[in-house]
Amino acid sequence: MSSTAPQRNQAPRHTGLIRATHWITVISFVALLVTGVEILISHPRFYWGEVGNSLTPPLFKIPIPSSRFTVPSGYGYVLPDQNGWSRYLHFEAAWALMLAGLVYFIYGLWTRHFRRNLFPADRTWAAFRRVIARHLRLAPPDEADARSYNVLQRITYLLVVFVLFPLVIWTGLAMSPSFNSAVPWAVNALGGRQSARTVHFLVSVSLVLFLVVHVLMIAITGFTSRMREMITGGAARSEEHS
Amino acid sequence: MSNISRRRFVKVGLATTAGVSSLAVAAKLAHRYGLVPPDSGGIFGPGETLTYAAHRIFSQHSLAREFPRNMISKDPFANSIAPLSDGFKRLQSGGFADWRLSVEGMVAQPATLSLSDLKTFPVRSQITEVVCEEGWSYIAEWIGTPLHEVLKSVGVLRQARYLVYFSIEPDWWDSIDMEDALHPQTLLVWAMNDVDLPVSFGGPLRLRLPRQLGYKSVKFVTRVMVTDSVKGFVPALDPNSPNYGYSWYAGI
Repeated sequence: MSSTAPQRNQAPRHTGLIRATHWITVISFVALLVTGVEILISHPRFYWGEVGNSLTPPLFKIPIPSSRFTVPSGYGYVLPDQNGWSRYLHFEAAWALMLAGLVYFIYGLWTRHFRRNLFPADRTWAAFRRVIARHLRLAPPDEADARSYNVLQRITYLLVVFVLFPLVIWTGLAMSPSFNSAVPWAVNALGGRQSARTVHFLVSVSLVLFLVVHVLMIAITGFTSRMREMITGGAARSEEHS
Repeated sequence: MSNISRRRFVKVGLATTAGVSSLAVAAKLAHRYGLVPPDSGGIFGPGETLTYAAHRIFSQHSLAREFPRNMISKDPFANSIAPLSDGFKRLQSGGFADWRLSVEGMVAQPATLSLSDLKTFPVRSQITEVVCEEGWSYIAEWIGTPLHEVLKSVGVLRQARYLVYFSIEPDWWDSIDMEDALHPQTLLVWAMNDVDLPVSFGGPLRLRLPRQLGYKSVKFVTRVMVTDSVKGFVPALDPNSPNYGYSWYAGI
């Protein structure tokens, strides 16, 4: 006991459950992203409404070659088909993400994690201005940020947790023909199957943007200590934030 | 070993034991209630089993969405098919008058049906969406004979669990469970949008399952076989099948 006492005096930056669900989400998200791109390549065209195919005008196209010769991609060659394992892994990773998300969500409500750590504590415009000004000056985070999230972080995390992830899961399910037979409003409310697919893609792009900024911020504010906090839970020490 | 780590060791040990044993119980129950798909082995098995089990529990009897007539696609997309065999072309030149569907396996009275025989059964017409795993889709009216009507007439034996169905084209076959085989929207389709089913869309006879992705709807069907085991008839596991590596249950 005595040998571990100094570290244990401080509560971990992130609790064990948050760390576990965080990394399950990371692994699942990377798997979903890679396989999602593979699936996208087989038809890099997006539509709005219920139906859409190579004979109907797209809402927009991704200017990449396709893994199917039936798609008018504009390229003279066809990429290898990787949809078999990609689809298997996509849905398996989706299960892992959904179950981890469910555990995290129940835990967050139960322990009031959302209310204490994610809902903005200081909801004044002054708080906003302070944080934005500091970002614009490229100033390092202040002492309070070492122990808790600032208002911009909180709003971003809330958006990711309560808007983007639920939306990407919903639009994903809305593309399942069997799920749609049981819950038809899930796809009808989105304006149809192709709308669901398009929203699924756009939300995924937003999540990738979040990931890029998230990792960038971690790199800027101290990659090693941030990683230690999320892997071992190790309490933050102030000198590492300077 | 300090107190705290011993306590932690016991806690983690107990949690692991509880987790592993509840997984074992869950696996046993899943097998008993037919919630395990035939491609449940390998690293993708757990995800596949969760998907299939979830659909068998929550959406076994649900009906695929049917659409109003004005939503029928003006540009239905007939996916590409391999060059047709000589056997097919011979039947095609005779106007498919000699096209036969053989109904066999675990049935009381195996039967061989022509297209006109099939049309003597009650007809079902449904406007449903074809959903390709690639992402595209279209809506058409599909007219045909519900498979359950045919199966009822031949008398499915009690031990039946799966249906294997074959195209006239080589290596093209697939299999479904009896829940999907007996589903009211599973059709032996012989007409589409008020014309005989075009060859490019699988004519003269296609098995259509609107609750699963398009690749399960095999074209040019000549044979359906009722069985208690799909061993050897799972495209996902068969390198000769065009659907090799694609999940067996495509309801997602």
